[in-house]
This record gives sequence, structure tokens and C-alpha cells, in this order.
Amino acid sequence: MGQQVFQHTLSNGLVLLAERMEHVRSAAINFLVPAGCANDPDGQFGVGSVLADLITRGAGDRDSRELSLALDGLGVDRDESVGVYNMRFWGSTLARNVPAALTIYADILLRPHLPADELEPVQSLAVQDIEALEDAPQAKVMLELRKRYYPSPMNKDRRGTVEDIEALTIAAVKAHHSRLFRPNGTILSVAGNIDWDRLKAQVEDLFGDWKPGADPDLAPIERTPESGHIPKETAQTHIAIAYPSVPVTHADYYAARAADGVLSGGMSARLFTEVREKRGLCYSVGVRHETFKDRGTIIGYAGTGADRAQQTLDVTMAELRKLKDGVTDDEILRVKAGLKASLIMQEESTSSRAGSIASDWYHLGRVRSFDEVQAAIDGLTPGTVVDHLARFPVRGTTLVTIGPAPLTMPE
Amino acid sequence: MPFHHTRLPNGLTIIGETSPSARSVALGFFVRTGSRDETPEEAGVSHFLEHMMFKGTPRRTAEQVNLDFDRVGSSPNAYTSEENTVYYAAGLPEYLPQMLDILSDILRPSLRDDDFNTEKKVILEEIKMYDDQPGSVAGENARRIYYGGHPLGNSVLGTLGSVGALTRDQMHAYFTRRYAANNIILSVAGNFDWNQVVAQATAACSGWNTAEVGRTHRTECNGVGGLHVLTRPKVQQEYVLFLAGGPPADSKMRYAADTMALAVGDDTGSHLYWALIDPGLADSADCSFYENDGSGIVYASFTSELDQAERNMEVVRKVLADVQKNGLTAEELKLAKSKITSRWVRGSERPMGRMNAIASMWAYTGEYRDVDTELANYDAVTLDDVRAYLDKYPVDRLTTVAFGPGAKVAGVEGTAV
Repeated sequence: MGQQVFQHTLSNGLVLLAERMEHVRSAAINFLVPAGCANDPDGQFGVGSVLADLITRGAGDRDSRELSLALDGLGVDRDESVGVYNMRFWGSTLARNVPAALTIYADILLRPHLPADELEPVQSLAVQDIEALEDAPQAKVMLELRKRYYPSPMNKDRRGTVEDIEALTIAAVKAHHSRLFRPNGTILSVAGNIDWDRLKAQVEDLFGDWKPGADPDLAPIERTPESGHIPKETAQTHIAIAYPSVPVTHADYYAARAADGVLSGGMSARLFTEVREKRGLCYSVGVRHETFKDRGTIIGYAGTGADRAQQTLDVTMAELRKLKDGVTDDEILRVKAGLKASLIMQEESTSSRAGSIASDWYHLGRVRSFDEVQAAIDGLTPGTVVDHLARFPVRGTTLVTIGPAPLTMPE
Repeated sequence: MPFHHTRLPNGLTIIGETSPSARSVALGFFVRTGSRDETPEEAGVSHFLEHMMFKGTPRRTAEQVNLDFDRVGSSPNAYTSEENTVYYAAGLPEYLPQMLDILSDILRPSLRDDDFNTEKKVILEEIKMYDDQPGSVAGENARRIYYGGHPLGNSVLGTLGSVGALTRDQMHAYFTRRYAANNIILSVAGNFDWNQVVAQATAACSGWNTAEVGRTHRTECNGVGGLHVLTRPKVQQEYVLFLAGGPPADSKMRYAADTMALAVGDDTGSHLYWALIDPGLADSADCSFYENDGSGIVYASFTSELDQAERNMEVVRKVLADVQKNGLTAEELKLAKSKITSRWVRGSERPMGRMNAIASMWAYTGEYRDVDTELANYDAVTLDDVRAYLDKYPVDRLTTVAFGPGAKVAGVEGTAV
């Protein structure tokens, strides 16, 4: 495979990762800054999202328009998003434009203007983002599920609350930036047709003087998850469920991924077959594995007409609970084939690789090699999956629904 | 990158672009049919048929189709538009024979009654799902209104009524009429051997029928004009679309139209970004050009709170009128080109991107263009080209559709939907 992954830690703690991909002309840049919405203080829910929007409205020597023009002129497609623990800055363009783009990103992260006169429009957009959820019941049911399932502060939503956003001051946004933007805990990953030595020297030059800051205490405050129903006159009932699994740091991780693959990995997977193909109960149904450093979760979704929603939930839960009774060799072969194909095809996308190496470093403190992942996939058997499910059965399922009527979790 | 093409005696076209350094291969059957090719009694049949194609053949049950795709780790999918229905898959090169075997097999489906009745329920759920998505409802209605009676305004999904009433025999008749070999292109891109693909496709597809296909209604459409207000009180935001005519897919003007739309409505640094998003007046705004067979279309749109909607409508009209009058600046043209280059290069790095691109080019123009040729076509667009395009297809000759809670918008009474 000839995988070429490089890593360098600056003396201030910033981690630089790169994967050289010689067969492409593009490159992707990905920053994870430890400023996710779990850090939003009480009374300022949504401040992280406001900061993520405001931060590109002028930085270094450029005002908002000049900054936008400069990135557009380099052909940088970009996105700034707020996750639970990290704020993500993603940009993708031709590899030859990466050095110029990094110079601009250094301004954005270290020297943003955060102009006071732009706060009001950004607040207005943030409020509209919350209101728009009313038109997106599928997104809303997932948000409501996370709010009830996860402990604080993991259960915060990046959008925050209308009340808190409207009360924000520019001083609070600036303080949020000063407190959280720091090199220790920040990961910069670049994947594509890049020159490692030059990249490393440039990143030292751009970020070497960045002063470390204190890490905030974000220890989760454990509590019992709660189920709930949000009444709404929608055409479909939107069903979301969650129950505990293992995180990516756990020895059972690949077994857990295989279990979710058997349930939802392909067109012949159990949920698609039983709920949609055989019974025609819905268009969308599926589960997927979600991981934080300290915990993994299986998250499920189905959407269907109110008259068939209870049956959809019953059939779905029955399939989830039945998995521990046995998995066939053929099911495992299919899961392995799917995982292997996506692993190899990821090598064709600079964005996927930049995201993947950063995510590995964040969760594991290292980058998993292609061979390591391949070996873990090859090692999967029906036995590893069933043994995993004996240790981590489906239990304590949290159910959240949006629609005309509530549902009952089957015994 | 080497390009190959051939045509079987029954009319099936096979095209391929080989890229030995690719790690995967993508293939797709590109059928030139969609909702515009349906009669009113068949509304929704193209999309419903797309689902039924995965429901089994004389050689495979529906379950076997799914199992066989999953066994080679392939990710098959399909989509239906107003004028194309595409079945595609990507996977590792060593599994190409299996992927081609399954895809070519499902292109001749059994259309069994039991499967038809079960899948109809799934389609009806899909229609309800989209009915919960106001952006989708707004888009469907805007097309219908803009095109008046032109078949390009036909809904891809159809309605609960039209799909509910469809019979298996109607679907079979449509299939025979539209899925003839001479209406289908097999496109392959990535790491593969051309001669092997041709040999396998010849063996698998030579028995497919030939029919009189094509379209009688490839006429241009410039919209009915006016403001049309559609009201649904339970929707939160107001969704407003502005539709104008554009060049058809086989016109050289498509490059100028695409460039103009990007400068006006891209999600960063565009006219609409600075006019609506930057000041916080709307939470989304866009302008895009869509090529169609015989008649292109430009959509501008925004979503905002209802009380801002009328003011935002004026902003968009002014942006479009200014562009119509003054065209683009040299700087805007340059920026648009740099974005297009970056996107084309990145989109072409995966075989899936190339498989789609070459199939679409071939279907519309009968031409192959490699990545650098297509980039040169965009790079060659001048300010005069933009002017000539705007003169022929004015971007301010609008049909406007508003959908949302507004009972009356800009003086026009709403109709409930």
C-alpha cells in the first residue's frame, strides 16, 4: 500500500499529522480545536457556534470580504463546524495552494477580528438555525435524543438556545476564543499531494509562537437517560433510540462495528431486510455506532407513518435484541467485505483521509495503519460478535419520538 | 486517461475511462428516462420502477440481489431524476465481474406482484418523508408551476394518489418502452480492463430489446412568470425560489451559465452570500444552474423567517437584475473559475465522480471530455460569453414561488398545499 503518514508535535503541544497521497492533485486541511460546545458556559449556550461563524469575518490583515476573496481565489471549499468537544475547520483545494491557505488559517485561528458590528447578523443566523429545526424533524429528534441520553456536558447541542444567543455580547465571544483556542489539544491534519518537510517547517513557522492555555474540566456528570415524546403534526413519526456500546479505545470496538454492520451495514443487513424489504414499514431505518473517547453508543433511527410506527419500533427492537442469539458466517463475510472496500476506497479521498487521521489521533493518540485496521477486520468471526454482545447486550434503551402520538418501548 | 467506447448491435452503448492507479472501479447503467417521459396516468412510475429493479430477476430473488452486492463489499445505489435513471456501484477492482453480473441482471427485473405491492408501501412512506421536508415540497411545487404543462415539471416521486393507483402492468409497459438497450449507456471508470468489460457486457446484455425511444418534447421553456404563493401554516420558515430559463445540456453556453450561477449564489463569497447571509437576513441562499435535455434552468432561492421574506425577495430580484444589466466583473469571473477548477479536480479523484461525469457528457452531447478538456472549457469562458448567455436567457425573467406559513406574500394570496 505504501502508506506515508507523518507526525510532529510542536513544543507548544500542537499536533501536526500528514498523509502523502501521490496519485492526487488535491489536498485537504483539517483542524480540530478543543473548543466544542461542551465548553459553552451556562447562560451562553450557542457561543461556540457564534464564534465559529464570526471567526472568519476578518482576521490578520484582511477584513471579512478580503478574507473570503483570498480563500475563494485559492479555490478553498471550506466549512467550520462545532462538535461536542472540538471545533472543526475544514478546507479542501489543489495541493499547490495549501501553503497559502495555511497562512490564512493561521490568521483565522490566532488573529481573528471578531468585529462587534458583525455580531448581530451572526446572532440572527444562529437563531434561525434553531428555528429551522422545526422544519427538520429528523434532525430535531436526534438532537432531542442526545439531550436526554448523554450526561452533561456531552448532551449540549451546538445550536444553543435562542435566549442565550440573543443575550451574547462581543466581549463574551472574545473571551470564549481567548479561553479555548490553544495549541495544546489542537490537531492539524493534511492529506494529499504534499511535501512533508516543507509543511512541517511552515507549520512551525505559523504556529510555533502560539501560547498554550489551560484545559477546562469537562468531566461528564453521570445521570440516568430519559425517554420522551415531542408531539407534532408530521406526516411521519420520527423514532430515535440509543443504548450503550463500547468506544473506539476499547478492545471490543471492531466487534461492535461488526454488530452494527450485521444490523445495518448493507442492503442485505437485518434491519433493512426485516423492516423495509419484508414488511415495507418505512423508507429509512438503521443504526450506527457513535464514539467519544470514554464511551460508545448505538444510535438508531426510523421514520414511518403514525399508523405503523409502533410496529416499526417493535420489529426494530426485536431484531436488535435477537442479534446476541447468533450471527452467521456469511453475515460476517459480508460485513468484512464492506469494511474492507470502504477502507481501501477512503484512500481515494483527501478529505476522508485528513478527517480519519485527525480522528484517530484525537481518540487514540496515534494513527492506525492500514495494515492494523485490515488485520482487525480479518480477525472478525461470528464468535467475536456474539461474545461482545454477551458482554454488552441491548439494555437501557432510550426512546425519543416526534410525531402525532407517543410509542411504547416493547418489553 | 484512455477512453474507450463501443456500441452493441442492439444499441447498448458502453463507455469507459481507465485509470490504472485508481484503487477502485465504478460502473453504472445510465437509462435516459425519468418523470418527463411519463404519461399523467403513470406519474411516479420511473422512480417506483427504480426501486423495483432491486427486487429480483429470473436468476435472483430480491434477497439474493442484496446478498450478492454485499458479498463483494459493493455499495450499489440508484437515483431517478426528471430525465435520467441511474443504477451504479463502486468497489474493489477484483470484484468488477461480480458487480457487472449483478447490475446487468437487475436491469431485466421480474417485477413480481408480491414485491410490487410491498415496495409500493415503501414508496408511499418515502413520499410522506419528503412531505415533512419543506425544502423538498417547495422545490417540487416550484418546478411544477414554472414548467406549466411542460413534462419537465412532472414530479419524480408522484403523489400518494398516483403511485397508489399504479399497476404492475403499467410499470411493465413503461419498462419495455423506456428500458430498451438503445436508450441505455453502461459507463465504467477507474481500475479495470476494457476488453473484459466489453466481453462480459456483450454476453450479458445482447438479448436486451431495441425500441423506438427518444423524446418528442425537447422544447425550451422560459417559465410561466409571476409570483405564486403556497401556504402551509405549520411550516416554520418561508422558502422562496426564483426560476429562470437556461441553455440546454448540449449548448456551449452551459459553461457561462454554470459560471454565472456560481458567482451569484455559491455558499461563499457570492452576490447572494453578501446580500443575504452575511447580514443575517436569510439562513440559506443559493443559485444553481441545472442542465436538462433541450431546456436548462437557473434556480435562485433563499430560506428565512417569514417577516423578512418580502424584503429578501426584493434583495434577490435586485441582485439578479444587476447581474442581468452589468454581467460579471473580471474578478468575479476569475474567482468562479478558481472554485470550479478546485471542485472538478477533487470530484474527479474518485472513479465514481468520473463514471458519472463521462456518462452524463456522453448522454447529452455524444462527446467524451477528459478532466483537463472540461477545465479548459470553463477556463475559456469570457465576460462576453457571459453577456451573450444572459442576453439569450435573461436571469431576471423570473417565475417566483414562495412556500411556507405566509398566507399572503407581497400582496399575493396564498393557496393551501
